Amino acid sequence: MAEAIRVIVAKVGLDGHDRGVKIVARTLRDAGMDVIYTGLHRTPEEVVEAAVQEDVDVLGVSILSGAHMTVFPRLLKLLAERDAEDVIVVGGGVMPEGDVAQLKALGVKEVLLQDTPPEAIVATIRRLVAERGPK
Amino acid sequence: MSKELDELRRQLEGWERNELAAFLKKAPERRPEFRTNTGFPVKRVYTALDLAETPPEDIGLPGQYPYTRGAYPTMYRGRLWTMRQIAGFGTAEDTNRRFKYLISQGQTGLSTDFDMPTLMGYDSDHPMSEGEVGREGVAIDTLADMELLFDGIDLENISVSMTINPSAWILLAMYIGVAQSRGLDLNKLSGTIQADILKEYMAQKEWAFPIRPSVRIVRDCITYCARNMKRYNPINISGYHISEAGSSPLDEVAFPLCNLITYVEEVTKTGLHVDEFAPRLAFFFVSQGDFFEEVAKFRAVRRAYAKIMKERFGARNPDSMRLRFHTQTAAATLTKPQYMVNVIRTTLQALAAVLGGTQSLHTNGMDEAFTIPTEEAMKIALRTQQVIADESNVANVIDPLGGSYYVEHLTTRMERAIFEVIEEVDRRGGTIKLIEEGWFQRRIADFAYETAIKKAKGEKVVLGVNKFVEPDERVAIETHPYDPTTAVRQIERLKRVRRERDQRKVEGLFERLVQVARDEGENIMPVTIELVRAGASMGEIVERLKALWGTYRETPVF
Repeated sequence: MAEAIRVIVAKVGLDGHDRGVKIVARTLRDAGMDVIYTGLHRTPEEVVEAAVQEDVDVLGVSILSGAHMTVFPRLLKLLAERDAEDVIVVGGGVMPEGDVAQLKALGVKEVLLQDTPPEAIVATIRRLVAERGPK
Repeated sequence: MSKELDELRRQLEGWERNELAAFLKKAPERRPEFRTNTGFPVKRVYTALDLAETPPEDIGLPGQYPYTRGAYPTMYRGRLWTMRQIAGFGTAEDTNRRFKYLISQGQTGLSTDFDMPTLMGYDSDHPMSEGEVGREGVAIDTLADMELLFDGIDLENISVSMTINPSAWILLAMYIGVAQSRGLDLNKLSGTIQADILKEYMAQKEWAFPIRPSVRIVRDCITYCARNMKRYNPINISGYHISEAGSSPLDEVAFPLCNLITYVEEVTKTGLHVDEFAPRLAFFFVSQGDFFEEVAKFRAVRRAYAKIMKERFGARNPDSMRLRFHTQTAAATLTKPQYMVNVIRTTLQALAAVLGGTQSLHTNGMDEAFTIPTEEAMKIALRTQQVIADESNVANVIDPLGGSYYVEHLTTRMERAIFEVIEEVDRRGGTIKLIEEGWFQRRIADFAYETAIKKAKGEKVVLGVNKFVEPDERVAIETHPYDPTTAVRQIERLKRVRRERDQRKVEGLFERLVQVARDEGENIMPVTIELVRAGASMGEIVERLKALWGTYRETPVF
């Protein structure tokens, strides 16, 4: 049997909306993945440190406050500095379509907006890990 | 049981055997069982037999204990609910312009949304504030911002609500500072700060300090207002955020009553009698999608509150038992696909709030699944209320669903379930202990997860998302733009205030602040008012107290 996919889901900054991130965490855990949730109000540095320490396949970051265009570029830069660009970065939350396209161009592999069905979230994560191949 | 009810029971049994059974054989019902959003079973029809479960004195009359039928004897025949659309973005000048627009469109109260740094007690130039300044609400750092926010607005004649929690007492101090510099009478100011910190730890997750000093600050706001601001509501005990975080409608009203109990216990410990402050306690609930359950929820929470205040806390003044509440329609029910449909969802939710007897109402903008609303979206939302108020005639009669077999049944069902929650919380050691154990948080997360699963399976219909989906829909909507110069403009003003103030005076006041904070018996409001008037910023005040009290980090449950 293949090893379980390792995922860290995170909340960065002051945004306290955690309904979605907890549903995602539970959905992925129920689908057999190893899931760590950072809790609220983390800095990008803390999140990247945790992703590297825990040797995760996927880093999911939920933002509903509108600060995504500030947070994601910083996360990607920090991952690059740590030679951890093989960590798959996925965004979630509320953000305008135009910003989604920009984030993908920057290197966010997928953005899952509100009302994405749980099975679609699981399928997306599995697909992204399969596409990347073994670490 | 009376003869009439016996007769009715026989009639009902006969109907089930004959008409109903024959019909079901031909055409089964859509589902094997029906339930409310909370999960209460719904029978196919209700009768006087169900009404008999509720003692007539529990229904009563409007403006009379236990206030099931309304807080006041004339309700909307006397005065319509306050139409209070929340607004806040950018800097104080930007939001002041939106306030004036809303007033020009017939809005009758103001409500202020603050940005994340202000909500969490950070100044705009703090590293944690980057990317957030003026984005989700208005940025306020100092009294200078507050003066601009309410520039040209008559604060003695319009009530102002401020949605703010861990840093609420500082905003209240600034509001008082504005009033004092204009020479206004504090006893004429009406409005509210939310200041409901316990639901933050449960649901909304905005905090600055650990739980106990935070509750002490709430206590100080309540006692200060009881003595100095007779018409001001020092707290809005809120279910809204509990619901938006995913709870059931039951928990949305039961948890705030647990919080109420904690606050009342804390304030009465200072020696105030419940009747000296309870008349100014106010509430804030959501109006969700299950129409009749929502109406019943509002009626039930009014009744439960009256009983708690009278029986548990020995209130004697009717105003201490009269629950007054603001309602906002449910943002989490709004969708991006086919977003115009949001107007219809909001209309139904608003109608449920009015039939439930709300004192004030915010109707959401149709574009709120995208970002904060445009002026046009806010106008339609306000017009939604105005149609209900002025065209539908529903405001001409009080509690028109009172006596409905179904609504009275649901009201009593909801009230009993509320008291079961409160009893369980009491038995397990009280609200603060259970917050620390994550008990409320887990109940909310569990219900949120179940709801997500039901949506995914299509059991809970969300039009445009899991039913009547238009796969080729291209959403073209004009959204509210974020002005990238906001942070620069805001930080400039903050720096100017810091530069121009009497630094020695401010330092002296900071020392007093820390002394006051150390002494549980003191009230933190007076020194905070002096501080903001001397030019201290919100973030500085919060930092001084974090150094003393520490911060808070939750152990997340999912």
